Amino acid sequence: MTIKVSKAEEKMPMADLVKDRPSGRFIKAVAAVVWKDLQAEFRSRELFSAMLVFSLLILLIFNFALELDIKTRQSVTAGVLWATFAFAGTLGLNRSMSIEKDRGCLDGLLLAPVDRSAIYFGKVISNLAFMLIVEAIVLPVYSVLYNTNLLQPGLMAVILLGSAGYAAVGTLLSTMSVQTRTRDILLPILLFPVVIPVILSAVKASGGYLEGLPFEEILSPLSLLIAYDIIFIAVAFMVFENVVEE
Amino acid sequence: MQAKPLTLKIFDLASVIVVGIATYLALVFAPTELVMGDVQRIFYFHIGTAWTALLGFLLASGFSVTYLITKNLKWDRLQVAAIEVSLVFFFITIVLGSIWARPVWNTWWTWDPRLTTAAITELIYIAYFMLRQGIEDPERRARFGAVYALLGGLSAPITFFAIRLFRTIHPVVIGGSNPEAEGGFAMTADMRVALFFALFAFTVLFIDLFWNRVRLGELQDKVEQLKLKVSL
Repeated sequence: MTIKVSKAEEKMPMADLVKDRPSGRFIKAVAAVVWKDLQAEFRSRELFSAMLVFSLLILLIFNFALELDIKTRQSVTAGVLWATFAFAGTLGLNRSMSIEKDRGCLDGLLLAPVDRSAIYFGKVISNLAFMLIVEAIVLPVYSVLYNTNLLQPGLMAVILLGSAGYAAVGTLLSTMSVQTRTRDILLPILLFPVVIPVILSAVKASGGYLEGLPFEEILSPLSLLIAYDIIFIAVAFMVFENVVEE
Repeated sequence: MQAKPLTLKIFDLASVIVVGIATYLALVFAPTELVMGDVQRIFYFHIGTAWTALLGFLLASGFSVTYLITKNLKWDRLQVAAIEVSLVFFFITIVLGSIWARPVWNTWWTWDPRLTTAAITELIYIAYFMLRQGIEDPERRARFGAVYALLGGLSAPITFFAIRLFRTIHPVVIGGSNPEAEGGFAMTADMRVALFFALFAFTVLFIDLFWNRVRLGELQDKVEQLKLKVSL
């Protein structure tokens, strides 16, 4: 009993310090949302397993649809990967938001005395985390199945940037789509046309890395990807308030 | 019911007249292009509709911002009107372009930056209406619509820029010359007259349709309020 009290006392000044700074409070709120999502997912593993199996199935379908022999593989690998990530991504985005909506968690989150954008960033980071975990499994599997080495640092950076942009816009749009009558069906229809610059530049940059092009040739799609990420994260941050207002 | 304002009636009449004149200028007055022949005459209406459609989409993005700041439903009505009219105009642009491309490029469609961006832009604004359809609360519908139109308005130019990293064969007749473009030509003075008049005519037509659509939106809202009153 006494030990517990002393531990709490030890923690007090640190907690106060973090609480006093507004930026510290914001980061804490974001971390709480991320932690909640990861923990819920860790317990149920619903979303993750669905996304993973779904992406492996898409790879399988591409295998038959495109006849991924050695010649075609070179040129289409980047495209196949991003199509897989995009489809699996919508699955995850839909699920992660409809859980919040169905069980009334979203209202609970909104009642919390934190900045609304903290909720947004928390959801983006957890959605991004799910995407990255799935991608981290799909990449080696693809490498083994098709005998191409995908584990290159440049490609990973592209995948991180592309998934970040995708998750940033996707989280905003899935928050809107779960509040409509058509719900899940609507998300891909809203998301895909808006997210095309991400897919386009990510496919170009990934393809560049896979073909071993010099960095100067990859630079333009890469910088476009970064510009898109910055613009859309900023816009989504500004308008998120408007999509959760009741 | 309110009577149609007189200015709007004048606009209705004026737009019929100017589009008529623009048709005459494009089909009869302008000289026939040497290489492409009569199919080049599509150009005047193609540019006219494209310009007004882009104007409407640009206005809609502006209305997004003003709505999100003021939360006044008036801006929402303006936005829906602008997007609806522009969607139709842009569709006409694409169809006209396709008809022109068939003999000149020898294909109905290519995945050129302009063409691809045009198709994606159409899809964005179709998605906009699908989003609106799924929401009953007018205030929320306006908020979501404004957010989505803003995202779409930002992403369409980025898409265009992104695809431009590839090659283009679309001709640029006004300003700039691309040696790889196919189907470009130099305009004579008479062609210029026809073009600028077509631009003017479609702008008048756009304003007229836009105004009528805004008025329709206002009347719809009024009907909705009256229905609510009756049911209470």
